[in-house]
Amino acid sequence: MSQIMNPPSSSRIKVRPAAEREGRKDYISIRDFGFWYGEKKALDAISLDIPERQVVAFIGPSGCGKSTLLRNLNRMNDLVDGIRHEGDITINGRSIYDPGLEVISLRRRVGMVFQKSNPFPKSIFENVVYALRVVGVRDRAVLEEACETSLRKAALWDEVKDRLNDSALGLSGGQMQRLCIARAIANRPEILLMDEPCSALDPIATGKIEELIHELKEQFTIVIVTHSMQQAARVSDRTAFFYLGKQIEYDTTEKIFMNPSQAQTEAYISGRFG
Amino acid sequence: MANPSDSSTPRGEAFVWFTGLGLIIGLGMVVGLLSLVILNGVTVFWAPQVPMAQVDDGRTIIGQLAQRRIRAGTPAGEPRYELQYQVGLRELNGNSYLWVDEARIKGETFPADVLGLERVENGPAFVRPQSLRKSDGRVVSATDAAFEDAFQAEVASAAVVRAKLVEISRHRIGDVNGEMDKARVALRRAEDLRLVEEIAALRKQIAGLDERFAALQAEAKKVVEDGAVASLVSKDASGREVVVPLTQVIRGWFPNRLDTWGRVKLFGSRLAEFVFDEPREANTEGGLMPAIFGTLVMTVFMSLLVTPFGVITAIYLREYAHQGALLRIVRISVNNLAGVPSIVFGVFGLGFFVYVLGGSIDRLFFADQLKYNNNTPVFGTGGLLWCSLTLALMTLPVVIVATEEALASVPRGMREASLATGASKWQTIRDILLPASAPGILTGVILAMARGAGEVAPLMLVGVVKLAPTLPFDGSAPFLHMDRKFMHLGFHVYDLGFQSPDSDAARPMVFATTLLLIILVVCLNIGAIWIRNRLRARFKGASF
Repeated sequence: MSQIMNPPSSSRIKVRPAAEREGRKDYISIRDFGFWYGEKKALDAISLDIPERQVVAFIGPSGCGKSTLLRNLNRMNDLVDGIRHEGDITINGRSIYDPGLEVISLRRRVGMVFQKSNPFPKSIFENVVYALRVVGVRDRAVLEEACETSLRKAALWDEVKDRLNDSALGLSGGQMQRLCIARAIANRPEILLMDEPCSALDPIATGKIEELIHELKEQFTIVIVTHSMQQAARVSDRTAFFYLGKQIEYDTTEKIFMNPSQAQTEAYISGRFG
Repeated sequence: MANPSDSSTPRGEAFVWFTGLGLIIGLGMVVGLLSLVILNGVTVFWAPQVPMAQVDDGRTIIGQLAQRRIRAGTPAGEPRYELQYQVGLRELNGNSYLWVDEARIKGETFPADVLGLERVENGPAFVRPQSLRKSDGRVVSATDAAFEDAFQAEVASAAVVRAKLVEISRHRIGDVNGEMDKARVALRRAEDLRLVEEIAALRKQIAGLDERFAALQAEAKKVVEDGAVASLVSKDASGREVVVPLTQVIRGWFPNRLDTWGRVKLFGSRLAEFVFDEPREANTEGGLMPAIFGTLVMTVFMSLLVTPFGVITAIYLREYAHQGALLRIVRISVNNLAGVPSIVFGVFGLGFFVYVLGGSIDRLFFADQLKYNNNTPVFGTGGLLWCSLTLALMTLPVVIVATEEALASVPRGMREASLATGASKWQTIRDILLPASAPGILTGVILAMARGAGEVAPLMLVGVVKLAPTLPFDGSAPFLHMDRKFMHLGFHVYDLGFQSPDSDAARPMVFATTLLLIILVVCLNIGAIWIRNRLRARFKGASF
């Protein structure tokens, strides 16, 4: 990816030397994190480290808090009234609740793909470059290059390259979700959050997106929430299992699925509850 | 005991009919209203056959049938009718309309030579022509085959003369008068401040304007003299001789001789006059162009004022304000504002916009004008600007509520997607929420326009008049005169129906004007709906 794609954003972290990129083990670090919606405690004492450029899956039954935790990583939960948290989350050593850190610049570094694909009612091109537009990129050539790069990464370029100016709402469900991925990575975030990205898709589209996750992990740290055990096993390097707002087990995916240390994890994975 | 749910008669089905009845009554009223207005409004311009009736007391009447009604005081079982004829010739008959007991009419004929005349003054006339004295002095008898063509040719050339007169008296003399007023105010100021050089210059200018005025008057007089030669000699129903100079005739037709195509052409010509011309005869004849224009301009300005204001307010209420008890009170108040009687807004407009705001503007920017022009206010009196503002205030709740609902109905996912890409709240509102809620906002604007265009009561207080000498938009700088009073279709209906000196003559115009008002509101709405549907088309196929 060329350097021109870097938008003029002072808050962006500079591209690090290759050696260091090879592996900060506590790239995202969650420490004793608790979270309340009003009086209801949704998360309790979560502590886990997410290494750089790996795929981490959050699994667990509905209502276990995995989506809540994910939505805290880019502070999307700020939109909800009456929320409260304790503990801390740091990304690359810096707290996301640091008063000096603007939530907007945090979200520019942490892209997100939602459960329901949510393209804007604009053209395909405008959807992809939206994140660049909001940071003030006007240069048509830069936008076009970013659009092509992102769409290629999202494995959508060949399907839409001839109709970039058509409405994004005319795409199929799987294409829309890949468009949303392209939109989320257009501004080159460091982290990509995926909240059940395949739950509304057919198996073929799901397969494409899983392939995509494999490729994207070369460049991004990916956190994915999924209800599909097979998907977690296929795409992730590490897996965290949550139950009733508590973190039950967090380890390599292989360990979680082959030899879980907690009985609850084994029961969930083998389908005996949840 | 029988299970109540087992009953053989289906319970609740009666309510289908009950609710359907509500719809039927509503539809019936709408259809009834529209057909009444359309029927009465359109037939105003249609020229029917004109009878010559013999009354048993020896009178002869030539006139167009206007109404037929049951005579007051006749027994219900065997009603007796009376007829109203429009006989015209108000200068001879005293009244254009005449009631006659139907039983006393001995016979009706439809003589082919009856001529209907629409005149500049004294209303219409129905006569039997005898001869035409043409402009070149030759006389054509009514029995001559060339009479009708010669007559129509003279009517056409008279129209040209009248147009010339209007051009001179209305526009050119009007311009001179306008300049004269300005020069006089400037002169008074110069005299007051003892600016010797300016006084001399202004006096010279006024003398020049006086000369131009005199020259124009002489020109107008000459046009009248040159054109006033032709005249029509005819007899009325009772045989009296009537001489009508053709400069007085706007249009003449032979109602009993016209074929259908001729009637259609006459209908079109009258309709065109109605829409494109200025009113005559205390608004009971002629056209409504100033009122149509005034209504249109006022409604457009009102929309331009209310839309940004309402949208901005709604954005704050929905997107930025803390959703608490205070906001609920504000929201209830806004909704209640929509229910305040419109005359209250008129009173507020007069008290605040006209007197306070307008008075301040006059004191600040038109101090000279006030001081040297007998305290004549510029903005400190009713006008287009204040009418638009008053109605904008009145329709504000409609736009606020519609915008709030439109913003609230934008899918949560779109909002989150935008914020998650790092857009700020304002960028999300501007780039995502507003475009997506534009159709809903426009629905609110349509409702506001529909309400504003038909409103009369507040306008009577803040700047609508029965007859405005000038349009709010014309060729003299600054072209758009927001301070001017203007005419309005809704007020026109009220004025014709209740304030007209000749209620019989005004009656058909009331319906025609009402029809026009309805058509205007429908056109404005169709325009706005068309825009909204174009916007909606951009969201077609959305699967949120």
